Amino acid sequence: MIAPGHSLGSVTDKISSIVLRRTTPRGWFIGLGIGLLLVGVLLTAIAELLFKGVGIWGLNNPVGWGFAIINFVWWIGIGHAGTLISAILLLFRQEWRTSINRFAEAMTIFAVMCAGLFPLLHVGRPWLAYWLLPYPNTMALWPQFRSPLLWDVFAVSTYATVSLLFWYIGLIPDFATLRDRAKAKPFKVIYGMLALGWRGAARHWERYETAYLLLAGLATPLVVSVHTVVSFDFAVGIIPGWHATIMPPYFVAGAIYSGFAMVMTLAIPMRKAFGLEDFITLRHLENMAKVILATGLIVAYGYTMEAFFAWYSANPFESSMMSGRMFGHYAWAYWLLIACNIVTPQLLWIKKVRTSVGALFVLALVVNIGMWLERFVIVVTSLSNDFLPSAWDTYAGTRWDWMLYIGTIGLFLTLLFLFIRFLPMISIFEMRTMVPGTSKKEDA
Amino acid sequence: MKRRPKSGDSFGFLAEFAGTEELLEAIHACKAAGHTRMEAYTPMPVHEVWDALGHKSHLPKLVLGGGITGGILGFGMQYFASVIHYPINVGGRPLNSWPSFIIITFEMTILFAALTAVFGMLLLNGLPRPHHPVFDVEEFEEASQSRFFLLVPWYDPSFDHDKVPALLESLSPLSLNEVHHP
Repeated sequence: MIAPGHSLGSVTDKISSIVLRRTTPRGWFIGLGIGLLLVGVLLTAIAELLFKGVGIWGLNNPVGWGFAIINFVWWIGIGHAGTLISAILLLFRQEWRTSINRFAEAMTIFAVMCAGLFPLLHVGRPWLAYWLLPYPNTMALWPQFRSPLLWDVFAVSTYATVSLLFWYIGLIPDFATLRDRAKAKPFKVIYGMLALGWRGAARHWERYETAYLLLAGLATPLVVSVHTVVSFDFAVGIIPGWHATIMPPYFVAGAIYSGFAMVMTLAIPMRKAFGLEDFITLRHLENMAKVILATGLIVAYGYTMEAFFAWYSANPFESSMMSGRMFGHYAWAYWLLIACNIVTPQLLWIKKVRTSVGALFVLALVVNIGMWLERFVIVVTSLSNDFLPSAWDTYAGTRWDWMLYIGTIGLFLTLLFLFIRFLPMISIFEMRTMVPGTSKKEDA
Repeated sequence: MKRRPKSGDSFGFLAEFAGTEELLEAIHACKAAGHTRMEAYTPMPVHEVWDALGHKSHLPKLVLGGGITGGILGFGMQYFASVIHYPINVGGRPLNSWPSFIIITFEMTILFAALTAVFGMLLLNGLPRPHHPVFDVEEFEEASQSRFFLLVPWYDPSFDHDKVPALLESLSPLSLNEVHHP
């Protein structure tokens, strides 16, 4: 779980010194610089969009949902691993989660922020996006409570709120540590305010842990519900390829799958750059690889069932959609997705691959790409050939679509780099509980 | 009834220990000496410590209440909007189409329960509280890092200005300080 030879003091030292040291490694500036550059791209794409409207995107008549929805689902899915690691693995007493939960939670929040941008911009007039919320208004109107799109508003905003609270609650004791260790006055004051005066009293810890466990218990059904609701955006519609009961479970599995791949993509360079091999050990990476393999198999089952439903339903629209998906205009995307999401991850059966850091990094990237393609295939192939051949059309993202997508990756990177510089990326107090011999380890 | 403390009065005595075992021993020794209202400070959650001190919170009940409130509000809002305030007859379909209200009811339940858990915990803990007398003790910086502290405060019924430091000293703490009211 943690490399031998660590004490309470050394764990505290090692993690908090990443935040508190005065010199910043050059790599951090380069990373942040790239992130900020891409944020510039994002802002340019948003500015153009606000001037000209969604017409600058590649949307057309049958394909009214393009990159915006693909990217929304992709980002939301990535976020799910954070909650899974912090909440579900906590409830299952998987103690190895402790060294990766903090930055996985940060990843969740940043991914949800990126995801949220897309529907907000897609509504066309984002400054009126608050119309989505039920609030007393002079028009005496209510949002449509029977629409999956509104369910999405509630699910995603609840998810964002609960994730943020969970993250902040987890940070409070660590803010207290930073407050007590910081040398410079401004940092002492800022961390002190964020710590809310935490002093580690036993009666506080008792309520704290109760609250933390309750939040984990609440976040667990929540995270399952979020991607279920996202899948309802599709499943409740009647478009061929969308209207299927397999969608919720297969979306949830896909979300966890892509999220773990993203955690791996971030954890591998980070542990190297900050010398955290003692805390994020090979065992962590191997466990994550196993989760990726397991959820990848569920996703593969989902793809198989989609094809089976199309055939077994004997519905001409379903089967024509499926053959279009496999052999039509977008066949390259479909087969590339199968290669990325089903074929390549099978390498994880081999222990040598699961314990090779380089191989895992490449595999994780492949899965990230595969999961983006999956959403592309679901959204675009279904919409572009639906019921009437005369209405069919093909779809491709424009440069503004791509700029917006790459821009959100920049936003994500920027937030992540700021996070690893100013906040402890590993939960210090939870790592303390892993130090052997200091306490009879809690068992509740 | 004790008189209201003035600034500079003793707030209690704070002893520092190296580990959980020592802290637990100290708690048991103080309990045996008749002290009932002690405070322990640890760098991480330790079940044995709060069990020894008898801390048990009511937070779960509050959170249950919060969740039920959220669920009722969530469903009530949708029912009110769809049936009472703005009914729309679409081909005679029922106005109270409860299956489509489940998701938002569920989300509101989770949201309210989570908010209650977080703010309830902070409120019951009396946080945010930027300053506390124990912060004036220099060694206390270690409470958030690697050391364990036991405070016998002035409001403990058997607090005695002479006996308490003697008792704590006999437990061979790493440091022993008197805490003062600010």
